[in-house]
Amino acid sequence: MYRTADRRAGSLWLLACRSSAAVTGAAVLAILLFLLWFSLPLLDADTLSKLLSWDWRPFHGGFGILPMVAGSLLLSLSALLLAFPVSVGICCFAHGMGPSGPAACLLRLVKFMTSVPTVVYGFVGVFVLVPLLREAFRSGSGFCWLAAAVGLAVLILPTIVLMLHSQFMLIEPQVKLTATALGMSPAQRLLHLVMPNSGRGFAAALVLGFGRALGDTMIPLMLAGNAAQVPGSLLESLRAMTAHIALVVATDSQSLAYLSLFACGLILFLSTTLVNLGLQLLKRPEEDKG
Amino acid sequence: MKRLSIFLCLALFSLAFGIQAANADGLDAFKSKEGTISIAGGTAHIPVMKDAAKAIMSANPAIRITIAGGGSGVGIQKVGEGLVNIGNSGRKASEAEVSKYGLVMFPFAVDGVATVIHADNPVQALTGDQVRAIFAGEITNWKEVGGNDGAINVYARDESSGTRAVYWKKLLNKGTVVASANVVPSNGAMKLAVSKDPNAIGYVSIGHLDGSVKAPDLDGVQVNQEAAKSGQYPVVRKLYMNTKGEPEGIVKSFVEYITGPDCVEFIKAAGYIPF
Repeated sequence: MYRTADRRAGSLWLLACRSSAAVTGAAVLAILLFLLWFSLPLLDADTLSKLLSWDWRPFHGGFGILPMVAGSLLLSLSALLLAFPVSVGICCFAHGMGPSGPAACLLRLVKFMTSVPTVVYGFVGVFVLVPLLREAFRSGSGFCWLAAAVGLAVLILPTIVLMLHSQFMLIEPQVKLTATALGMSPAQRLLHLVMPNSGRGFAAALVLGFGRALGDTMIPLMLAGNAAQVPGSLLESLRAMTAHIALVVATDSQSLAYLSLFACGLILFLSTTLVNLGLQLLKRPEEDKG
Repeated sequence: MKRLSIFLCLALFSLAFGIQAANADGLDAFKSKEGTISIAGGTAHIPVMKDAAKAIMSANPAIRITIAGGGSGVGIQKVGEGLVNIGNSGRKASEAEVSKYGLVMFPFAVDGVATVIHADNPVQALTGDQVRAIFAGEITNWKEVGGNDGAINVYARDESSGTRAVYWKKLLNKGTVVASANVVPSNGAMKLAVSKDPNAIGYVSIGHLDGSVKAPDLDGVQVNQEAAKSGQYPVVRKLYMNTKGEPEGIVKSFVEYITGPDCVEFIKAAGYIPF
């Protein structure tokens, strides 16, 4: 039985939730409209064909952003590829595979990592990782795809770990009693019950990690070398869309180079939207599997 | 009659004295005035602006001066949109910018742009042709220009950089820069990258030169501000303050102060040549 005061608090709470949802939605919509408005000058065939080319040489009339699109995709996917297995490993260690003391320490460390500004990772990368790669491979300057991918992997690792961790925490209590009754060890419980039931968590962790890697600016800007080309190997330089925006934003506002930034912004916005929509669609089959 | 002439004498004397005082101290223009001056744009300008602002604000605390960076393009855009009073740029504003915004340019210093290599690189001198070939990707090993055996790593600046604009125009003769060149976002980042990479070549503003990198002679000319001033070293640019329309009030005083004799020392201390 609810008392009136409780009911009033409840409806107030609901109102607060609804209005904050409305504000958030409006903000996202406003950003989209803003990007579309500024992208309007791009919408003639000539400009579009110039922008959607592989040639970025603004002083020679080449304003292609495709190398940056490819760079962003390659970089965030490779960072995900590096970070995901490690993150799953850390989560397994924390949920029954490892001794509880070190496991708690590890989780605390990962939580701490979320509070490190990305520019710090970039800075350490410039001083440690880049010279290391240059010495180790004796090819190129060390500012390359690999350096940025490693930097980004470190950046998105806590996102993935904490996402998986919270999903495991959700599943564990549900299966704990059964698992214990069956005489399962914590490791067996994790492998055979918790992980197979965490499909949504895995998908969400992947999506969030990808989004964070795609959206980060500082690490690609500082470590990837920023050459506007499609890299031929992990040791070659590439430029991400975010770094491209950061690099070119200071040009005069009249040029096609400047307009290309809005195209990049729009692509970034749309790709994260698509990824999130994909996640929504993924939900159902994943739940069925569970 | 006598009284009048004495009066006139006194008046002339005080007038002359007043003018002399104004010449001796450009800060007088700010006396008994108040207001805010906001400045943004080219990062090369900041040391000079800061020194001048400090002098003005300590002489007259009623005047507030804020200084931000952002790069030449940002400076021009911000002043054009009316967001700041003075927009700094390391390049001339383009005709499109001048006509759109009605900008007035005030050059106040000359800065050179030097080719830089790692401090331990044995190469002591390069010719313009060699530099062009290196940046175009035709020379790819340091041993081809008298250095150690090692692939050359080319570093360049982004397209919005004033430093890049002058280097590309005056040294690279608007030639191609190899697509695989690493791009760094500022003079500081360039210096850091080159000082860490034994096989690097790049370029920085002469005002930023220090012991962390080496500037090899170009076509037999030692690269320093003296050579830039005398015209022996050709890769130079002007540093501009830009205002939207003719400046007024304390903004006008500020522009006059920077371009006047008082700031010569500030400009020299920042590593530039007074214009």
